[in-house]
Amino acid sequence: MELIIFYIFSAIVLTAGLLVVSLRNTARALFLFFVVLFAMAGLFIFALADFIAITQIMVYVGGVLILMIFAFMLSNKELLADLQNASGKFLSLPNWQSILLSIGFLVVMVYSIMDWQSVDQPNWITTNIQNNQIIKSTDNTIEQLGIKFMTQFLLPFEVISIFLLAALIGAAHLSRREGNP
Amino acid sequence: MITLTHFLIVSACLFCIGLYAVLAKRNAILILIGIEFMINAAILNLVAFGRYDKLVYGGQIFALFAIVLAAAAVAVGLAIILNVYQHYKSINPDDITDLRD
Repeated sequence: MELIIFYIFSAIVLTAGLLVVSLRNTARALFLFFVVLFAMAGLFIFALADFIAITQIMVYVGGVLILMIFAFMLSNKELLADLQNASGKFLSLPNWQSILLSIGFLVVMVYSIMDWQSVDQPNWITTNIQNNQIIKSTDNTIEQLGIKFMTQFLLPFEVISIFLLAALIGAAHLSRREGNP
Repeated sequence: MITLTHFLIVSACLFCIGLYAVLAKRNAILILIGIEFMINAAILNLVAFGRYDKLVYGGQIFALFAIVLAAAAVAVGLAIILNVYQHYKSINPDDITDLRD
């Protein structure tokens, strides 16, 4: 049952991802990107990372996607070109070099994953399974994450908040018009 | 039982879709979406491995950091795309050939 739902979510991710890269209309691709992100949040829940899934929905769907739709609407010449192109062909013509390169990369990665799986797992995974130190579905991960953020990972947490502030100020400065401040 | 391999295969496929988008697309926003696909594949790997690490929670915490970094990258990248659009009236990376005007 669990496995069936996992397969459904991964099928949604992969088909929507393939549609995003093959559709001609950029607006449709942006809204399918939304579907991919939601299904990825579902996959995160299967890896017992519920807080990551919530953050994914809030940050990506609430922030990143809105920004992308804004940028797409503001570059409206491309929008008109895309809408006119969409009347003719539904799917864009793929160019074979990129397909060849990505499929080659996929083959290499899948082969190495299978190879790695057949040898053995890393040592820390086997010792953690033996010591029963793996995360279970009944654990309260959010409480543990909060404790870890405030104790062991306090310095990276502060650094990344300063970084986020700097990046957002930089983005606001870059998108400001030059003539009239 | 969902094993580690399932997650790794799904994230490898998603990574390759993102790679194709980066290589083949002629629209800067779609290239940014391809980069997001690759970052999401990496986050799925981090989370899948982090399940076996109850002492440190390293995978999940690093996944949160990666999400924040991706959001910051998108904000700056879209600001740059808008500036380039105002200058060149196009967001096709093939058209943008000059570093300075």
